[in-house]
Amino acid sequence: MRRDIFQAIADPTRRAIITLIALQAMTPNAIAEHFDTTRQAVSKHLRILTECELVKQEQKGREIYYELEIEKMKEIDKWLEQFRKIWENRFDQLDNLLSTLKNKKNEN
Amino acid sequence: MKINLLFDFTVDKKTSTVFVNREFDADQSMVWDAFTKQEILDQWWAPQPWKSRTKYMNFEEGGRRFYAMVGPEGEEHWSIQDFTSISPKENFQFKDAFADTDETIKEQMPSANWNLDFSETDGITTVKISIKHAKLEDLEMHIQMGFKEGFTATLNHLAELLKS
Repeated sequence: MRRDIFQAIADPTRRAIITLIALQAMTPNAIAEHFDTTRQAVSKHLRILTECELVKQEQKGREIYYELEIEKMKEIDKWLEQFRKIWENRFDQLDNLLSTLKNKKNEN
Repeated sequence: MKINLLFDFTVDKKTSTVFVNREFDADQSMVWDAFTKQEILDQWWAPQPWKSRTKYMNFEEGGRRFYAMVGPEGEEHWSIQDFTSISPKENFQFKDAFADTDETIKEQMPSANWNLDFSETDGITTVKISIKHAKLEDLEMHIQMGFKEGFTATLNHLAELLKS
């Protein structure tokens, strides 16, 4: 089952996992040690993160390491940028309006 | 003369809050009016090519603004803002929600608590807005809605993002 990136970051534990492995790739056991929840719960979060393609697995010898897909994180950034643009557009309109109102006021 | 006006946009995912700070080259009472009088608000609130159309606005504590964002094809998205606190020219707060045309709140849609602070220095008015959502999913849904309203042309891109 595929999920979107925002579902991936909607959960606080998953956000913590992202922060953790942003610094370096880690094994599931090493990740689980940072949380009070069960190993099973952490695995489930890792699975969701993998399905959302925010993290990828890499086999190194006998161990599996999880690492962050930086490109995917950039999508979140890009997404927010659109929201920022809405505000920019909105405020540009307000700037123009304020300047019109000011001119009208000065004429009177 | 075009002065450089501050514009900050940040998102705190931990508290599911969006912060928008902006300066305006006008005095505080003019900027206050632009945010609180429906006839002025409707002239800028909707990002192009959308239009804001306020059905009514009782700007008082306990009062409500009921308005629509109207798209280029005539599509309408109705919203409600319930004013919870007003300190004239300095601050006002409201809770927003999406609604039907008959003013019924869509409970399954995200809602947020808005706080707007106004202050003036040397003829430049600063507006500080914080938009706090109950949970991060709501914030994301809101962003998605705003995105939809503001950028119909890029909806395909949105669909692509959701699929990935």
